[in-house]
Amino acid sequence: MSRTICLYLHVHQPYRVRGYTIFDAGVDSNYWFSDGLASNEYIIRKVAEKSYRPTNAVLKDLLMHYKDFSLSLSITGTLLEQLQKWAPDVIDDFKTLVATGRVEILAETFYHSLAFFYSRDEFERQVDMHKQKIQDVFGVTPGVLRNTELSYNDDLAVWADQAGYKGIITEGWPAILDWRSPNFMYRPVNTKNIRLLLKNYKLSDDIAFRFGDRNCREWPLTTEKYCHWINSLPLDQQLINLFMDYETFGEHQWEDSGIFDFLRQLPAEFLKTDGNKFMTLSQAIDTYQPVDVLHTPRTITWADSERDLTAWLGNAMQTETVKQIYETEKQVLASKDKTLIEDWRRLQTSDHFYYMCTKWFNDGDVHAYFSPYGSPYDAFMYYSNALKDLQLRLLRTSQGGKEQA
Amino acid sequence: MLGWELPPHNSGGLGVACYNMCQSLAKCHNLDIEFVVPYKLSEQPEFMTVHSVTDLPTPQVAQGAYNSQSPEVHAQQEAYVAFVEKLVSRNTYDAVHAHDWLTFRAGLRAKALTGKPFIAHVHATEFDRAGANPGNQLVHEIEQQALLFADAIVAVSNFTKDIIVREYGIPASKIQVVHNAINPADYATLSLQNDYRYLTEMKALGYKVVVSLGRLSLQKGLPHLLRAAKLALQKQPKLIFLIVGDGEMRADVIETAANLGITKNVIFTGFLRGKQWRDSYTIADMFVMPSVSEPFGLSALEAAGAGTAVLLSKQSGVCEVLRHTMQFDFWDITKLANQIITIANHPVLHAEIAKNVQNEASNLTWDNTIAKFQKLYAGVGA
Repeated sequence: MSRTICLYLHVHQPYRVRGYTIFDAGVDSNYWFSDGLASNEYIIRKVAEKSYRPTNAVLKDLLMHYKDFSLSLSITGTLLEQLQKWAPDVIDDFKTLVATGRVEILAETFYHSLAFFYSRDEFERQVDMHKQKIQDVFGVTPGVLRNTELSYNDDLAVWADQAGYKGIITEGWPAILDWRSPNFMYRPVNTKNIRLLLKNYKLSDDIAFRFGDRNCREWPLTTEKYCHWINSLPLDQQLINLFMDYETFGEHQWEDSGIFDFLRQLPAEFLKTDGNKFMTLSQAIDTYQPVDVLHTPRTITWADSERDLTAWLGNAMQTETVKQIYETEKQVLASKDKTLIEDWRRLQTSDHFYYMCTKWFNDGDVHAYFSPYGSPYDAFMYYSNALKDLQLRLLRTSQGGKEQA
Repeated sequence: MLGWELPPHNSGGLGVACYNMCQSLAKCHNLDIEFVVPYKLSEQPEFMTVHSVTDLPTPQVAQGAYNSQSPEVHAQQEAYVAFVEKLVSRNTYDAVHAHDWLTFRAGLRAKALTGKPFIAHVHATEFDRAGANPGNQLVHEIEQQALLFADAIVAVSNFTKDIIVREYGIPASKIQVVHNAINPADYATLSLQNDYRYLTEMKALGYKVVVSLGRLSLQKGLPHLLRAAKLALQKQPKLIFLIVGDGEMRADVIETAANLGITKNVIFTGFLRGKQWRDSYTIADMFVMPSVSEPFGLSALEAAGAGTAVLLSKQSGVCEVLRHTMQFDFWDITKLANQIITIANHPVLHAEIAKNVQNEASNLTWDNTIAKFQKLYAGVGA
């Protein structure tokens, strides 16, 4: 019996806000880390070195050696811009991958934002901006949508269906699947054509989160063991969606964990079984028929054990700041000030709110690992101060307008 | 003199008060003062000799400096006692004047070894620091012993004197109140451009700035101010609340503001020094001290000196000497909100109370105050 792996990797870096004090507000509207070990440039260069270059090299080899190997990628606009500035060769590598025709690029918001939940107009603008960027850089048009952090609900599926996307992806979480398996194609409720692909979180997280964990019962994870698990699934479960952060390779799991060897050997081991292949998300959509309709009234994501939005919008610091950034939308856009609009959009990136997350703050967990700040409260203070400067710029614009009038 | 900090490395009012008091004592009464601190100072004052217990540099960020739960503080205290024991066995002194519980053990040892009078100067008690909680029993005991054995006790306010009588069972006759004071040179003045450019611009647009300055600790009552801010903003949205300082309650204070939904009008600066710290006084239209239990509250004098309207909780010592102020019980957030709105909406009232309280503060100098110490020293036979 043949099986298909849909490997999908998400590549993203935000523009991190620097230690922006209230004394900067009104004086210096550069909100972004530009020097030192936390600078955006330094991080891009570091991650490019540790993850992007070596991983792309492995992927290129695999695409060359195995005609049945393919994968899907989503690359945010904020990352593409920063790569163009500080590691343009990585963009060339990605282009080489896409040029093989076996690497699909997904649609998403340019700024990796939560705009869908606050402003449908802004969400659409950001998806368009991203589409434009992908066309400019790679010469392809995305046909499958992923929303920030795989956040998903029925409304989003309906929107994507009407916008003409052939597929959309999210977490294969039991809360929406009930007794069903994620290893099938689905159709979202109230939609006509669109297909829903669900992450197999057990098999995905075995790589993304547990690969280097020596306390894990299955450590060390070999490709033999891993493919054996896949091949032992019930015979009718043919579609295995492995969705994870691209930075799993070399950044979240370091090179010395053997993660690159695992990636290098996975296709050979999996393709040993007759009929097994890798597909892009679009290929899978063209190949598999939906087996059921799924209802997802409540928003789910691929994050934390709750699989909801509480990592970004779970406390009042987060909801207060996100509310403030979106309530300025009309004024910001009316200003026609390009830099101001750009800053406003960069401040929408979901990572800023993630840094303010206080869930398990004391455990020094995954949230702390990704944060450039000492605590969620620092993250809040810097972001708030930047917001105040942004609000002041808007006030200046409207005052200036009045004076002229 | 036994103390725990001196400027510029102070985390609060204690170091400033000690420094200015000693300066005036040395200058006006020619007293020969030796001052012991736990850390090495970057600058030596000219008017007294400073002994450092260790060569360790003063911690730059003084957050939680007086956290009585910290084991480090107790170890530092032991080193401090040993140092003072040596010092008094080498030299001869007329009296030992110790400031707050951290130095009280050393003061008691000095008295036991030399038989010289021991003056316990109370700037804050564990009762204040703990807010509504029971506090640290060990600290309470150290305070209790020192207050019992002291030849004289100085309290920084009647408010503190009452606590010493009520909570420690000390006879009122043993306690002399000497309010803190301020040196005119320390008034923050608006000579250069203020560093708060954002606030300067917002003020030009009609916003009023309400400042609170101090350690973010239970004792300082910030959540009450934030709840009052919420009420005030409903009536007068052109208010900005500037919260200056850092401390163990920072997370709670920030979360309170966020939960109240007022963060658009609240600014948290964190710990500040120097010009930025002084500019916090001069940018203020109003200065609020919402303390739950404030033995004195030196920052209110500094604010008054800077020409700001001052709003004080009645649970503070400084409200005994600054009469031209708005006063409220710390829990009465409706009253505080009303006072803030009233001052914000009535420039004439604002100007009047700011002018009067500035005059009042200008008389509360250390030079006018220290005669009381002179009398006190004579009284205990120093």
